[in-house]
Amino acid sequence: MQLEAKKISFRYQKNSPWILKDVDLTVQAGERVALLGPSGYGKSTLAKILAGYENPVKGEVFWDGAPLPKKGFCPVQMIGQHPEKAVNPRWKMARIVNEGWQADEQTLRELGIEKAWMNRWPSELSGGELQRFCIARALGPKTKFLICDEISTMLDVITQAQIWQKVLAAAQKGGLGLLVVTHNKALAARVCERIIELPKLNRPS
Amino acid sequence: MDRKTARFNTRTRVMVYIVLAFVYLAGVLLWGLLMDPEAYAVDYRVKFLPPGAGHLFGTDFMGRDMLFRCVKGLSTSIVIGVIASAVSSVIALAAGVAAAVVGGKLDSFVNWCVDLCMGMPHLVLLVLISFMLGRGMKGVMFGVALTHWPELTRIVRAEVLQIRAQPYVQAAYRLGKTRMQVAREHILPHVLPVYLIGVILLFPHAIMHEASITFLGFGLSAEEPAIGVILSESMKHIATGKWWLALFPGILLLAAIMLFDVIGENLKRLLNPGSGHE
Repeated sequence: MQLEAKKISFRYQKNSPWILKDVDLTVQAGERVALLGPSGYGKSTLAKILAGYENPVKGEVFWDGAPLPKKGFCPVQMIGQHPEKAVNPRWKMARIVNEGWQADEQTLRELGIEKAWMNRWPSELSGGELQRFCIARALGPKTKFLICDEISTMLDVITQAQIWQKVLAAAQKGGLGLLVVTHNKALAARVCERIIELPKLNRPS
Repeated sequence: MDRKTARFNTRTRVMVYIVLAFVYLAGVLLWGLLMDPEAYAVDYRVKFLPPGAGHLFGTDFMGRDMLFRCVKGLSTSIVIGVIASAVSSVIALAAGVAAAVVGGKLDSFVNWCVDLCMGMPHLVLLVLISFMLGRGMKGVMFGVALTHWPELTRIVRAEVLQIRAQPYVQAAYRLGKTRMQVAREHILPHVLPVYLIGVILLFPHAIMHEASITFLGFGLSAEEPAIGVILSESMKHIATGKWWLALFPGILLLAAIMLFDVIGENLKRLLNPGSGHE
């Protein structure tokens, strides 16, 4: 199984400049790949397209040889940069984490989520704590591929290390493919087996 | 903070206001609907009596009892207000949600209609619609119902647009939720409080405008007891010192409107997560 992007091109409006132009990318399931690039080079846009949040203007994303499903639980899940925006402020944490699947005890324990947090509102938790919930929410049994878009950028180094340990353990256990979007080269070298530099892949004129 | 404010928080205060407003409005409405027209019949023997034991609000130039006329008039206004705000709010909800969800041409069209209606003085539009439909109850009702939706439409549209773009709504779709589920679980609970407050604050507007066009002579006819009719008649006699003809109906109308306004404002404070704990 593999996640495959074929000739992806994207721009926000007609006649506006291309952000992505003919980007090809293939990542195997179980592989850990970093996507590197400076700010504003379309890393997050590519991540959104790969996870089905945005539709490419041209090209298509394939999972396991078939186009990425538009409905139902998506096998490619994305975790974003702003956990506080990725949760409904009117929901309690228990409802949030169980939105896509019934998160089991073990997953929650491994991610260091305390029972007492489940009954709180998002505004009563810190960014790092919320990010754990977002990861748990995305780790359903049907998840085969995880896209991590700068998931640890806003965390202090200790929390950052904890979070990555847990994500890597979960990916290992489930045999998930991992695409790590970052501009931190040290992190990419530490976490991933292969590094892709977006500026080499993507040449919008 | 002194003891009095500590004992009555916003929640209790709103409850008191809601009960007060409900009792007042339901009382006036029922009293007016069930009233025997004889109660405010013409009786030339008692014309222009000042307020007193027999006639609490006095009588007018045809000897009609002002208390009964005012209550009857206000109850008519409340009926018009309820129907008009109900119709307006349904239009607003449908147009606002459709504009935000469908987008594109429909969105432009709805916005164009909103701008068209808001760009014109409200009262002028009301008068035109009411006059076109031959005045009377029908004219007023259509006029009021068809001119109060633009503000609410704009608010609903903006809320839906904002919530739709939130990352957690996008994530919900990728977690396998359908459009209906997202609408019901994420969007509706967010839009509903804003919408309800909008409807409640619309109600006093509707009553005021009903009274205004009737006062100007484009609304209900002169023989029907309506607050607007009563007030415009009282203007003829105010120079000769018949103060009670304007004062009491004015107070009744003002009380109804202020009660609604207070409820709306307090609900807004209560339902807003930022000030809900006060």
